[in-house]
Amino acid sequence: MNKKNAKAVRYNKWGYIFLMPFILVYMVFQFVPMVTTIYNSFFENYKAGLTQVGPNFVGLGNYQKLFESGDLWIYAKNTLVIWVMCFIPQIFLSLLLGAWFSDVQLKLKGSRFFKTVIYLPNLIMASAFAMLFFTLFSDGGPINSLLMQIGFIDTPYKFLSNTGSARGIIAFLNCLMWFGNTTILLMAGMMGIDTSLFEAAEVDGATSGQIFFKITLPLLRPILVYVLVTSLLGGLQLFDVPQILTNGTGDPVRSTMTMIMYLNRHLFSKNYGMAGALSVVLFIITAILSLVVFKVTGNDKRKG
Amino acid sequence: MRKRFLSALLVFSMAAAALAGCGSEDKDKGSSDSTSKGASSENNSSGTVSDGGKVLNIYCWNEEFKSRVTDYFPGYKKKDATSGTIGDVTVKWNITPNENNAYQDNLDAALQKQESASADEKVDVFLVEADYALKYVNSEFAAPLADLGVNDSDLSEQYQYTKDVVTDSNGVLKGTSWQAAPGVLFYNREAAKEVLGSDDPAKVQEYVKDWETFGETAETMKKAGYKIMSTANDSYRVYSNNVSSKWVEDGKINIDDNIMKWVDDSKKLVDAKYTGAYDMWSDDWKKGFYPEGKVFCYFGPAWLVNFSMAADTEGSIGNKGGWGATEGPQGFYWGGTWICAAAGSDNSGLIKDIMLQLTANADIMKAISEGTDDFVNNQPVMEEMAESKYSSKILGGQNPLGIYCNGVKDLSLSNVTGYDLGCTEEFQHAMKNYFEGNATKEEALDQFYKAVVEKYPDLTY
Repeated sequence: MNKKNAKAVRYNKWGYIFLMPFILVYMVFQFVPMVTTIYNSFFENYKAGLTQVGPNFVGLGNYQKLFESGDLWIYAKNTLVIWVMCFIPQIFLSLLLGAWFSDVQLKLKGSRFFKTVIYLPNLIMASAFAMLFFTLFSDGGPINSLLMQIGFIDTPYKFLSNTGSARGIIAFLNCLMWFGNTTILLMAGMMGIDTSLFEAAEVDGATSGQIFFKITLPLLRPILVYVLVTSLLGGLQLFDVPQILTNGTGDPVRSTMTMIMYLNRHLFSKNYGMAGALSVVLFIITAILSLVVFKVTGNDKRKG
Repeated sequence: MRKRFLSALLVFSMAAAALAGCGSEDKDKGSSDSTSKGASSENNSSGTVSDGGKVLNIYCWNEEFKSRVTDYFPGYKKKDATSGTIGDVTVKWNITPNENNAYQDNLDAALQKQESASADEKVDVFLVEADYALKYVNSEFAAPLADLGVNDSDLSEQYQYTKDVVTDSNGVLKGTSWQAAPGVLFYNREAAKEVLGSDDPAKVQEYVKDWETFGETAETMKKAGYKIMSTANDSYRVYSNNVSSKWVEDGKINIDDNIMKWVDDSKKLVDAKYTGAYDMWSDDWKKGFYPEGKVFCYFGPAWLVNFSMAADTEGSIGNKGGWGATEGPQGFYWGGTWICAAAGSDNSGLIKDIMLQLTANADIMKAISEGTDDFVNNQPVMEEMAESKYSSKILGGQNPLGIYCNGVKDLSLSNVTGYDLGCTEEFQHAMKNYFEGNATKEEALDQFYKAVVEKYPDLTY
C-alpha cells in the first residue's frame, strides 16, 4: 500500500515540474503586474517635468477623477463602434471565404495560394500598415488625387478629419488585417464537420444556402463564439492603428480615441496612478463583456 | 527527498539562467569602471563635473548639431552614423525625435539614472530647445557653465536673449548656443513676381506689413491660385512670441489673448480657403517647398529655410534660390538649440572645448554662417556680415542678415515656461478641429485643456 502511494506521488511530481515554466512565466509577466497595477491605482504617482510627485495614497481618488469627467465612456463607445464596424464585414467575408475554401465540390483552383495571400496582411506590422494608409488618405495623397482626376470630387476630401471616414479607415484596416486569420479559424471548424451530413442533405435535395444555414452554421457555433470573444478582446485593446493614423490625437475631436490610446496618454506623463485605475476599469469591462458573450452564446442548453 | 530537492534546484536554475541574461552585463561593466576611475564618479551628486572620461554621450533630437560638430569642430573624426572620435575620446550620438515629448522622455529617463550609470554611460551633453529649456535649466541635471570653466566673458559676443533662455531662476547660466533664431517671412519669389508684381523684399513687405494687410494679400493670392501660407499653424509662432502672459500661471493653464487672436485670424483664413489646417511637418505642409505646392510664404528663422525646407532636393524652390526674406507682420523667434552639460559628466574639458569652439570662436562661427546660412550667435560677426557681400544661395542671392539682426534686437523670452512644447503641440492639434469645422471653439478649447492635463498632471484649468 505504502509503496504504491509513493509511486503515484512521484508521477504527480513530473506534472508539477512540467507546469513550472508556465506558472513561472505567468506569475512574473501576468500575475505580478496585475496585482501591482491594482495596487498602483490607489496612489497619486506621476512626474511633473523632472520632479517625481508621490506616490501618495489617495484611495479611490484616481477612480473618482476618471469617472467624473465621463470621457472614459466616450472612448469606450468609440472603441466598440470601431470594433463593430470592423467585425461585421469581417465575419461575413470570413464565413463566405471559409465556406468556399472548405467546399470540396467547388474544386477551387489555387486555394492554397489564396489562403496564404489572405493571411499576408496580418504579417505586416500594424504601425507600418497604418503609416501607409495615413499617406494614402492624406489630404494631398494618392487617393484624393485619384478621386479628383476621375472627377468624383472637386476638392480633396479630408478623410482623417471626418468622424465617419476616419473610423471607417481604422475599421477597414483592422478588418483587412484580421479577416485572413478569422477565415482560417472558421475553415478549420467547417472542415471538422462530418461530410456525411452534407451528403445526406444533398441527397434530400437541400440547396447550398440551406446547407450553409441549417448545417454549417449551427455546427460551427463553438468556433464562432471563440472567434467572437477573441475578436472582442482584441477590439477592446485596439491601439496601434488609430494611434499611428491620428498621430495619437484621436482626431477628429477624439472620436477615434480608443481606451488604450487614452491609457497611453496617461503613461506619457508616467502617471501610474491614473493609468493603473484606467487599466483596472478596462480589466473589469473586459471581464464583464467576455462573461456576457459566454452566457449569451456559449451556454447551449439544448444539448444538455 | 534529496531527489525532489535536486529537481527543484534544476528547474530553478534553469529558470534563473533564462531570466538573468539581461542584468549581468551592466554590473560587470560598472565594477570594472569604478575600479579604474572610481574617484571621478564618486562625488557627482553635488552637480559638479569632472574630467578624464573616455566616452562623450550626446543626447539630441536631429542631425543638426551632429553635422555642426562633424563639419566645424577641429579634430572630430566620424566613425559611423552614430559615433565618432575626438582625440582618444569616443563620441556617441543618441538621437531621439522630438515629437510627442519622445526626446524629453528619453532624456529624462537617462538623466534620472545619471548617478547610478557607469562612467561611459553617463549623459555628458544634451541639447534643449527654447520650448522646454527652462525645465532642464531650473533642474539640478544641467551643470552651471562656470563649473566647466566657461566664463561670461567668453560668451560676451552672444546675443543676450540666447543667454536669458538658459539662465536659471538664480541667475546661473547653464547652456550656450551657436545660433540665434529670429524669425522672418520667407516668400516664394516666383509668386511674388507673378501676383504682386515684384519680388523685392521691401515691396513685398508692404503687402505683409500687418495682419490686416496680410489677410488682404491672402485674397489676392487665392485669386491667383496660391495659398498665403501652407497651414494656419505657420503663423502660430508669430503670435505666440508676442504674448503678454505665460502658458502656465500659478499651476493653471492660461491662454493669452494674442493666442486667441491667432485662433480667430486663422479661422478666417481657413474658412476662406486661403490656407489649410495641416499639422506642421506633415507631408501636406511640406508640399509648399516645391513650386507645384503653390504656397506664397512660410514663417521661420534661418534654420528653417536652410535646414528643413528641402533645399538639397532637386526641383525645390530653395534649390533654385527661389525664396526671399522680409520682416513680415511681427517679429518673432522659433526654436534655437542650446548645448547643456549634464551634471555628473566626466568630460568637462572636452565639453568646454566644444562650447567655446562652436559658440564663441568668431572664425568658426563665421564659417558656419557662410557654410550653412545659419544665423550664428555672435553679434559682431553677424553685423559685419550683414554689411558684407555675403549672400544666401537659397534666398536667390539676398543677404538676409540685416533683417535677422533687426529682428533679434527686440526678442524677449520673458514669457517662456517649461510647458511650452506640450501646450503648443496640443493647442495646434485641438484647434485643427475648430479650423476644419469639426468642433466649436469651446469644444476645441476643452479638448486642449484635457490633453494638456493628461500630459502634465500637475496643472489645472
